[in-house]
Amino acid sequence: MKVLLSGNEAVARGAYESGVRVAAAYPGTPSTEILETLAQYDEVYSEWAPNEKVALDVAIGAAYAGSRSMAVMKHVGLNVAADAFFYASMTGLEAGLVVVSADDPFMHSSQNEQDNRRYAKFARVPCLEPSDSQEAKDLVGVALDISEQFDSPVLLRLTTRISHSDTLVELGERQVEEPTELPEYRIDRVKYVMVPGNARRRHPVIEERIEKLKEFAETFPYNKVEMGDTSLGIVTDGVAYQYAREVFPEASFLKLGMTYPLPPEMIRDFASKVDRLIVIEELDPFIEEEIRLMGIAVEGKNIFPMIGEFNPQIVRQSAIKAGLLPPSAAMEVKQPELETPLPLRPPILCPGCPHRGVFLMTKKLKMVVNGDIGCYTLAFLPPLSALHTCGCMGASIGQAHGVSKAGIAQKHAAVIGDSTFFHTGLPALLNVAYNKSDTVVIILDNRTTAMTGHQQHPGTGMTLKGEPTKAVEFEDVARAFGIDRVHTVDPYNLKEVEGALRDCLEAEGPAVIVSRRECALLPQARKLWMSLRVNEERCNGCGLCFEVGCPAIVKSEQLDAKTGRAKARIDPLLCTGCEICAQVCARKAILFREEMIKEGESA
Amino acid sequence: MKTMNFLVTGVGGQGALLASGILADVGVKAGYDVKKSEVHGMAQRGGSVTSTVRWGEKVYSPLIGQGEADYLLALEKLEALRYVGMLRPGGIAVVGDLGIPPLSVSSGNDVYPGDEEVRRVLSEVTDDYHFIPSIRLAEELGNARAHNVVLLGALSTFIEDVPPEVWLQSIAERVPKKFVELNKRAFQAGREARSSR
Repeated sequence: MKVLLSGNEAVARGAYESGVRVAAAYPGTPSTEILETLAQYDEVYSEWAPNEKVALDVAIGAAYAGSRSMAVMKHVGLNVAADAFFYASMTGLEAGLVVVSADDPFMHSSQNEQDNRRYAKFARVPCLEPSDSQEAKDLVGVALDISEQFDSPVLLRLTTRISHSDTLVELGERQVEEPTELPEYRIDRVKYVMVPGNARRRHPVIEERIEKLKEFAETFPYNKVEMGDTSLGIVTDGVAYQYAREVFPEASFLKLGMTYPLPPEMIRDFASKVDRLIVIEELDPFIEEEIRLMGIAVEGKNIFPMIGEFNPQIVRQSAIKAGLLPPSAAMEVKQPELETPLPLRPPILCPGCPHRGVFLMTKKLKMVVNGDIGCYTLAFLPPLSALHTCGCMGASIGQAHGVSKAGIAQKHAAVIGDSTFFHTGLPALLNVAYNKSDTVVIILDNRTTAMTGHQQHPGTGMTLKGEPTKAVEFEDVARAFGIDRVHTVDPYNLKEVEGALRDCLEAEGPAVIVSRRECALLPQARKLWMSLRVNEERCNGCGLCFEVGCPAIVKSEQLDAKTGRAKARIDPLLCTGCEICAQVCARKAILFREEMIKEGESA
Repeated sequence: MKTMNFLVTGVGGQGALLASGILADVGVKAGYDVKKSEVHGMAQRGGSVTSTVRWGEKVYSPLIGQGEADYLLALEKLEALRYVGMLRPGGIAVVGDLGIPPLSVSSGNDVYPGDEEVRRVLSEVTDDYHFIPSIRLAEELGNARAHNVVLLGALSTFIEDVPPEVWLQSIAERVPKKFVELNKRAFQAGREARSSR
């Protein structure tokens, strides 16, 4: 039976069918749904690890123990896990290990556009790339077989478009029998202890492995030649294959399911049969460079962009520009003229977002805020404009510490979300304590990994499988590191936030503020939603509440008689009743919950 | 089997992705090869949402370019204008008669296009556009949230080779059990709203 599955769901299904027993990941768009889907299969142990490096070590440990395993991450997650990725390449494994990296061309939800096929070459690990969900499912099993045959981890590289497109998939059964007794751990100190003496013995092994994989790639069934018109030969991979097939229905194709290492003879043979050889690949000229290194004339990035995501239109227009297609191949397009540009809908902090209370107060105190990765990064946008750096997971705390050591007189803050704190904030906070900097670290604890869609983490007291577990307290962690100044505040209480910030700014030495209030979109928070209301007699349109940047506060059509300014109105469909705007209003024109309830009773 | 391309647009939380999910499933049930594509991530609440659905004998690309959509299903008017350039000139646009002002409009910095402007812009691409009072019709049935299925009902009248039963079956499978009857009626209301024009 064929069903529509996203690439991510298909990878999860592939892991289940091909006998993966242990899988670990840290959530990250566009990869998150893989583990969420896999968690539904009881036969597979799956977990959220605090970060990708831990997730990969877990998967490696399981593979050392003879169980097929999988680690899943977004592209930048492999930067975090790179250390583990490289040693696993050196040691090899006892059972198959597949490392799934979901790259994000166009940076739909990422800070960079790195092409992780580079990691495959860097670490001498084979790289497989599906071009639809069926291949995504099938290549998990193929990757595990290759991993076991060649004693190497295998990189399965997805991109956002593969992860988040639904295509038809033929489902199969789980291909392994569940073990009747516990496996034994095979000890092999020479293979698995990467001290220099052993590592020097292993390095030639992995270089030989890549040579053998090149031979294997020559007959690998997912490297496929589809001969058509021989005036144009296209080498392509992943979703780029789909765009290329659409734009060049007549051309000859070499579709690569394994993009590292490449099959030299297959490419040479294909090149000899076509008049002009081009590569169509998203992001880096990875395949193109490899082919050029073989001494074969090839074109690619001189025609197609190196930046952003492809679609059929981009491929078609690039081809027309390069003379590969006639100008008549262009689609007829009508892009209407507009009187004024259309208003945009940029992502914004949600109504009722607890982060808003913290940023209003850091802004009031004119603090410079080193930011991190999460929903709160959106505080950089006007009208808050209250976040001043954002580089990668866990960067905020180290940056603020560095600023302090550079001698900047103003005390800097670091803001970091709860899940991000566990990811890479922990060692950075330890550094603040150990090396004694005047840094204010604000942990925005909204009780979930909100950005990627509410995943569990070590502070939530729940596992991926929904089992209760020990919940870590941030305050205990800070104190255990030797930080004495630790505040806990409710970000819906602006005075409390301001008081804690002032205390930390005035004191010397490291300080931690835990801002605790669950994400307004969590089911238990939604139950408490109620809309507030503006008393239009008291409101004089001063506009202070508009500076809160809440989508629920809108300009009313009513104008203040004296000033002519628009009064405020609250959208009852959006307001959650967090009362932040009510605290900001100098004229007490926005009713608090209690006033709303009283009003309701007397009505 | 000719390839049919749909672009579904709306505002986060409106049910655009449920609508495109049903649309993809209807294609499968009708025997087509189907691909559907959308992008998650960032805080989508209140953001602009698009989803591409393609039916065909054999579909390669999950995405389409400008001028390639045969059908534009817009749950909101501003999002109809934003993506109308994706529509093939002369293609069919089914638009929910609803405006959701973005933050920049409600804070008074931008202006939401008026109905005259909406009609003028749509008509530059196609005369075959249809405003459906989707919210009103869904409210009359008891729940405004079913407006997306009202629009699917209207869209279904343009796709003559797929009988309504196939759509209804897919709707029944994809909406929460207690809302199945409501959504079936919403689908019919959308069909009638289209045919009564």
